[in-house]
Amino acid sequence: MADAALSVQNLWKVFGPNAEKLIGTPDLELSRKELQAKSGHVIGVRDVSFDVAPGEVFVVMGLSGSGKSTLVRLITRLIEPTSGTVMLGEENLTTMDEEKLREVRRKRVSMVFQHFGLLPHRKVIDNVSFGLEIRGEDKTRRRARAQNMVDLVGLSGYEQNFPDQLSGGMQQRVGLARALANDPDILMFDEPFSALDPLIRRDMQNEVIRLHHEVGKTMVFITHDLAEALKLGDRIMILRDGAIIQIGTPDEVVAAPADDYVKDFVSDVPKSHVLTLKWVMRPPANSEEGIGAPTLPDTTIVRDAARTVLATDGLVRVVNAQDEFVGVVDDEDILRVVVAEEG
Amino acid sequence: MSTAAPPKVIRQGPAPDAPPVLAEPTPRWKPVAVVLLLWLAVWWFTKGTDTLVLAGRDRTPVMDTLAAFRDRMIAGRESNPVMVVTGALADALRGTVSFLQRVISIPDDPRPVPQIGWLGVTAVATWVGYAVANWRIALLVLGTFLSFGAFGYWSHSMDLLIMVGIAVVLSLAVGIPLGILAGTNKRANSIIEPVLDFLQTMPTFVYLLPIVLFFGIGSASAVVCTLLYAVPPLIRISAHGIRTVPPTMVEVADSIGLTRWQRLLKVQLPLAKRTIIVGLNQTTLAALSMATIASFVNGPGLGKPVLDGLRINDTGTALVPGLLIVAMAIMLDRATTAASERGDIMARGGGLPPRLHRAILIGGGVLAAVAVMISRQSLWAAEFPDLGWGRAIAKGAGDVITAITDTLSPITGPFKDAITYALLNPLQAFLSESPWWLAAAAIALLAYVLGGLRALVPTVVCLAGMVFFGLWNNAMVTLAMTLVATILCMVIAVVVGVAMARKRSADLLIRPILDAGQTIPAFVYLIPCLALFGPSRFTGIVAALAYAAPVSIKLVADGVKGVSATTMEAVRSSGASTMQQIRKVQLPMAKASLMLATNQGLLFVLAMAVISGMVGAGALGYDVVIGFSRSEEWGKGFAAGATIVLLGIMIDRIARRAAEAAPDQWKRFPMRAPTGPF
Repeated sequence: MADAALSVQNLWKVFGPNAEKLIGTPDLELSRKELQAKSGHVIGVRDVSFDVAPGEVFVVMGLSGSGKSTLVRLITRLIEPTSGTVMLGEENLTTMDEEKLREVRRKRVSMVFQHFGLLPHRKVIDNVSFGLEIRGEDKTRRRARAQNMVDLVGLSGYEQNFPDQLSGGMQQRVGLARALANDPDILMFDEPFSALDPLIRRDMQNEVIRLHHEVGKTMVFITHDLAEALKLGDRIMILRDGAIIQIGTPDEVVAAPADDYVKDFVSDVPKSHVLTLKWVMRPPANSEEGIGAPTLPDTTIVRDAARTVLATDGLVRVVNAQDEFVGVVDDEDILRVVVAEEG
Repeated sequence: MSTAAPPKVIRQGPAPDAPPVLAEPTPRWKPVAVVLLLWLAVWWFTKGTDTLVLAGRDRTPVMDTLAAFRDRMIAGRESNPVMVVTGALADALRGTVSFLQRVISIPDDPRPVPQIGWLGVTAVATWVGYAVANWRIALLVLGTFLSFGAFGYWSHSMDLLIMVGIAVVLSLAVGIPLGILAGTNKRANSIIEPVLDFLQTMPTFVYLLPIVLFFGIGSASAVVCTLLYAVPPLIRISAHGIRTVPPTMVEVADSIGLTRWQRLLKVQLPLAKRTIIVGLNQTTLAALSMATIASFVNGPGLGKPVLDGLRINDTGTALVPGLLIVAMAIMLDRATTAASERGDIMARGGGLPPRLHRAILIGGGVLAAVAVMISRQSLWAAEFPDLGWGRAIAKGAGDVITAITDTLSPITGPFKDAITYALLNPLQAFLSESPWWLAAAAIALLAYVLGGLRALVPTVVCLAGMVFFGLWNNAMVTLAMTLVATILCMVIAVVVGVAMARKRSADLLIRPILDAGQTIPAFVYLIPCLALFGPSRFTGIVAALAYAAPVSIKLVADGVKGVSATTMEAVRSSGASTMQQIRKVQLPMAKASLMLATNQGLLFVLAMAVISGMVGAGALGYDVVIGFSRSEEWGKGFAAGATIVLLGIMIDRIARRAAEAAPDQWKRFPMRAPTGPF
């Protein structure tokens, strides 16, 4: 896909002494455990390919040890991939020399870290302007830009504080501001909120959504929290043992889990919050069925559709993006989803 | 030998999912006891034969060869390339020292006084104290400098400061780059680390003799020794500081696109700064300690009057300069510590308002400059008026010490006798009256039993070296003293350490004393020990104890404290008595710390062996001391120094390998504290 903001093809990471030689051998078909027992190599990421569209929030989800943190580091080569390519727009990151790679890291990709990664000896404002300083921008310009970013993340008034004087949530706002200050094409988040307590985490998720609306950056977001993935992601990629299990929109993942592993994962998700009418409607008996009844788009989330459907006596018609009549739902279809949660 | 094998099985380990091999290892004390009993039995029938005693003035051909080698080196001063280089270095160092001496410490001919008198120096030092730290430190500096003059040791004190200053500046110039290199580059570290290990295991005095050969008696050798002694902690701690920068930070730096150099300057160094300044503090104190001892090679400084006092067994005279050394140590310690904290306090808006601070700095600077001017022009400000305090105290102290010694002798006497007759004499008889072949074989066997082949090989090499250098009997005497001191050290360490770990109030009370004990230069310990116990082997042991115990106590206390609170709660709830808690849980779980404390205690005790030689401990230490004072004994002194090193390496290797061969949980503990002894 040429117009992807980020395109990853057949990316492998094998840890161990002779990782390069292993690529392309049948040994790689072994399971993680078998390979480790056989040759002491550990597969971090296994043949991963995906594209991220410009402006998309792409969430990578998996439990610890699934290789998600490794994956995000492979993209900007904080960890060198064993094989595969990473294209950032038209540029191939995997074949770049050090110098150009540094340039990319300085200008085009920023990262937000799980434990914030703020420099304790610098004030908030100097942390935010750090990347600009490295780029060699002059002091007044970087100060102004950094101040804008501090305001954007809602930290006005804390510019002169040191990181350890701030709460965890505020520290991560600094991390966010630092990443945004570079005005990158892509923002990468490595489990940015897992060190925060639940209320703060929700605030920060909303903050990311708000920022995404305001600045419209492409985002790659790593998390182990399914609720977070469903809330933020345009699309979700689920990893297990370094390999892709499923890529899909939140409702696809919930409604059509690729295997038992994913099914187990999503079993606790309140489906009415995620599923759209597309997944609960049934095909119309004929094109005339329920004519005159209210019409809803198939992307409406069940919870939002419930009021309309229940208020209507009988059917509601469902139409797709092309405004074609694709199905009908009635009270029972809606209640099945809602009641299933109660049980 | 079955004892070495079972732990190996555990170490190599089966595949992770297979059940662990449950080989019951033979308890190691059994073969050890067998070896000791055999040794004792053979000793009974052979004691007093083949003991390789070397009578007072005797020398072996090896020693004469060493002396001849030295003479050849000195004769080849003009032609031998190594000697030419070290000679030039020595000249440069001597020149620097003498230049600084003429500025602040000795008359700069034709002036009857130094370029800057006491008033100027004191004013500048006080100002520096304020500039790098705060007004409290400035007051401390002021008081300390005034006491240098008031007690009549101005010139010696300035000399010592000059020596410490030069050594610290050189240490920074060498140590920080090497520390960074070792902290960032694995390969460089694998070269630097063993060199530091070697330098830090080597007892101080062993540097002195070879260095004197290359740099000559006097200030140049003193600076080089001090540097060699002071720089390892700085390198180690800087490297540690760089290495412990959180990996996330390095990742952040990379993800933002920093070059290696930017990463070092903007992330790693700033984050390691605090640690590096701790290293500076350690280096400064180490330099002070060694610069004092360097008076043995005629290095200028306060060590000289202490040494003079000790030589004639006059503790009163040695006391005043000894106390001034302590005062200087406290001043340097506090000042470097406060300086390291100041940066943070200032950045967070603590301390005085910046404008006021700047005004005081400028005002103080002007005052200091005026003081310097005055001290160049008026004699009263140039030469410290003779108050006679020092002499009065020396005389008074002499009387007081005699009184104390007399009063305490009913206690100290029996204590000394008890240790001497019950512990020291039998052990010494056992070791030194064994035929050399018996002792050597037994030690080698013990090494093998405890640490396997990897302990045996270095042990055999060291034993052979000891026989070669011809001071076998003295080595055994020193070994006996070292063992006795270490045993006592560990008894004290366990008792005090456990008390500290179990009672917070004990910890609060004792820890500052230990800190103070570690701040005081080794040399100074001798003064009170000599006063209390007179010149004897026992005095040497007590001095070594005073030097080694603080480290061991701290290690034991921290180890016992490391036993988790949950475990202790569980033990208490099962109804264990206090003694049961200590014996059955806390000490066994702190075994690794106990091992480390023993190893460190041994090395510290051995490091004091030479210094103890000064106060009647005799044996190897005495041989080294004589080597300094008599040219014809140089060879013997060198041989004695080498024998001490061999002894140290042997003990260290056996202890380390024993710990490695021991059951799993001991191995995880590094057998070396961040900063070792000498």
